[in-house]
Amino acid sequence: MDSTVTDLPEAEFQALVDADSRIEPRDWMPDDYRRSLVRQIAQHAHSEIIGMQPEGNWITRAPSLRRKAILMAKVQDEAGHGMYLYAAAETLGVSRDELLDLLHAGKQKYSSIFNYPTLIWADMGAIGWLVDGAAITNQVPLCRCSYGPYARAMVRICKEESFHQRQGYESLLTLSRGTPEQKAMAQDALDRWWYPSLAMFGPPDAESTHTSKSMAWGIKRFSNDELRQKFVDMTVPQSEVLALTIPDPELRWNAERGHYDFTAPDWDELRRVISGDGPCNRQRMEHRVRAHNEGAWVREAAAAFAAKRTTGSRAAA
Amino acid sequence: MIGTWDDRSTAATPLAPLVEYTLGLGDDALVLAQRLGEWIASGPQIEEDMALANIGLDLLGQARALLSYAGELEGAGRDEDALAYLRDERDFRNLQIVERPNGDFAVTMARQLAFAAYQYELYGRLKTSADTTLAAVAAKAVKEVAYHRDHATRWILRLGGGTDESHRRMQAGLESIWPYVGEMFDPEPAVAELAASGVAVDPTTLREPWAAYVDGVVAEATLELPEPRFHGRGGRRGLHTEAMGYLLAEMQHLHRAHPGATW
Amino acid sequence: MNAEPLWEVFVRSRRGLSHIHVGSLHAPDAEMALRNARDVYTRRQEGVSIWVVPAASITASSPDEKDSFFDPAGDKVYRHPTFYDIPDEVRHL
Repeated sequence: MDSTVTDLPEAEFQALVDADSRIEPRDWMPDDYRRSLVRQIAQHAHSEIIGMQPEGNWITRAPSLRRKAILMAKVQDEAGHGMYLYAAAETLGVSRDELLDLLHAGKQKYSSIFNYPTLIWADMGAIGWLVDGAAITNQVPLCRCSYGPYARAMVRICKEESFHQRQGYESLLTLSRGTPEQKAMAQDALDRWWYPSLAMFGPPDAESTHTSKSMAWGIKRFSNDELRQKFVDMTVPQSEVLALTIPDPELRWNAERGHYDFTAPDWDELRRVISGDGPCNRQRMEHRVRAHNEGAWVREAAAAFAAKRTTGSRAAA
Repeated sequence: MIGTWDDRSTAATPLAPLVEYTLGLGDDALVLAQRLGEWIASGPQIEEDMALANIGLDLLGQARALLSYAGELEGAGRDEDALAYLRDERDFRNLQIVERPNGDFAVTMARQLAFAAYQYELYGRLKTSADTTLAAVAAKAVKEVAYHRDHATRWILRLGGGTDESHRRMQAGLESIWPYVGEMFDPEPAVAELAASGVAVDPTTLREPWAAYVDGVVAEATLELPEPRFHGRGGRRGLHTEAMGYLLAEMQHLHRAHPGATW
Repeated sequence: MNAEPLWEVFVRSRRGLSHIHVGSLHAPDAEMALRNARDVYTRRQEGVSIWVVPAASITASSPDEKDSFFDPAGDKVYRHPTFYDIPDEVRHL
């Protein structure tokens, strides 16, 4: 056997990626590609699940029945997104159980944005507008990711996410046009969620270690800074219709660049929050682990029941 | 037996019978939707967060339709939000069973089985109501609650027949909910005339078909039907349990803090 | 904790169409798989036919797949972006 036989799958793999085609679960793929994808998809899935907490928080206190229904539907969608993503990760040869174990042990992460607290109702609107807006900016390019199951999950998610962003924006619009107290709520939410949303795109390109390989593999299509700029450019005009002030005195349109100049988020804060020192890290993990542990007897019962039926034995009293 | 302590108490603000009836059904759905909302992000697995959110959304939809209709019938300008957020404890007309705290997953499933099976029988008959609005709400709702009843049934069977622990917890769940089952079938004098004219469903007629289904599920799950000595009653007359005050405080606070605001 | 088996989900969204693979999920048995599939993949859309197949029962050859997704349930008005009153001058929503 000559060396080109062992080179063949690698060349085929790269050719598919370069042609903007899709790698499917049973295709050959480099170990690093598989590992990177498992990590990225899993962390995306964990983000959806953890993200249910800061929003689920306000379901029982929503100030109108319509808003309650919208919020329940949104959080339900997030559960669904988590499920699509865990399923996509599993096509790469891991189980959801393993991934959850890694999350609970702190060995896999979730988007650090969810380590911030939702203090007031207006935070629901801000999350829909800014956090989902940033997520969509990140996610649309992923719909063309080289790995088929991930790309397909992203197409489904992006469709559902557009409803989330619109409902958040509409909620803030209602507040900003409401009573003075409501308008103040909306401004307060924007003040607290603006910089964390910018930080969702990750550290500046100069500090990003994994980008070039991800780009060669068709996992990442645009750099962190490119996506961050795109998000700012789209969002600033939206804030003007809301008649709310983005908390950045340096924010201005730069005609030469054709983009908005803006103040970068505090990268130290991002590092601290990612490494566990954010306001809600501990709380989010405790909640997740508690729900998981308290539910263990339920899952065990379901498995035991299924096993009994399979072996044909009757359920014991 | 109705205890003497609540015999002396009358419904807080008497309303026209059809308004009372519609509010009762709407409040049932609203309060249970509120309880299910508490489970989201705390379920035993993501699939259950999804399922309970689905059920909660269905119930909230039923509540909104029924409360809106009750407000229209009343003709005093109260919409679904005014009714949900601005009434006090004694003006809510839900059954006590729906306001019971969630407890563990077994308690919640026990409540779901009992109540969804009740709604299934109720809406199954209400869909031929002489009142076209109630009939329409019921026609849509009966399909939803068929699924709710099925979901609860799947879990009762699995928890009853799963492990020793799940069996123990499921039995305990039934014991904690069954004192509130009787009220679902109590005669409602205000409803009697409405039932006679084919508008409402006489709740006493629902016990037998309900029991035929529920008793079967409990037996198949190798569980025992509880025989409670205490029976919680009075919800339809605005007499609730201590849990209701806390539930409403959480649900209503933000809306009440900003009178007249639009959300 | 026991791992739940994997199921592949196929949905026929309308009469006249065939079942399409929409994804996978975990469930302890077929009944729960069907119900979970309904919740996750159809959001109570009516008239939909769902098949769940244990992934282990599927025999595959080299993949050459086309995929389709279908829209979220029609009865939930607020799921559709067009339901919201966003002023015309707001772009990118």
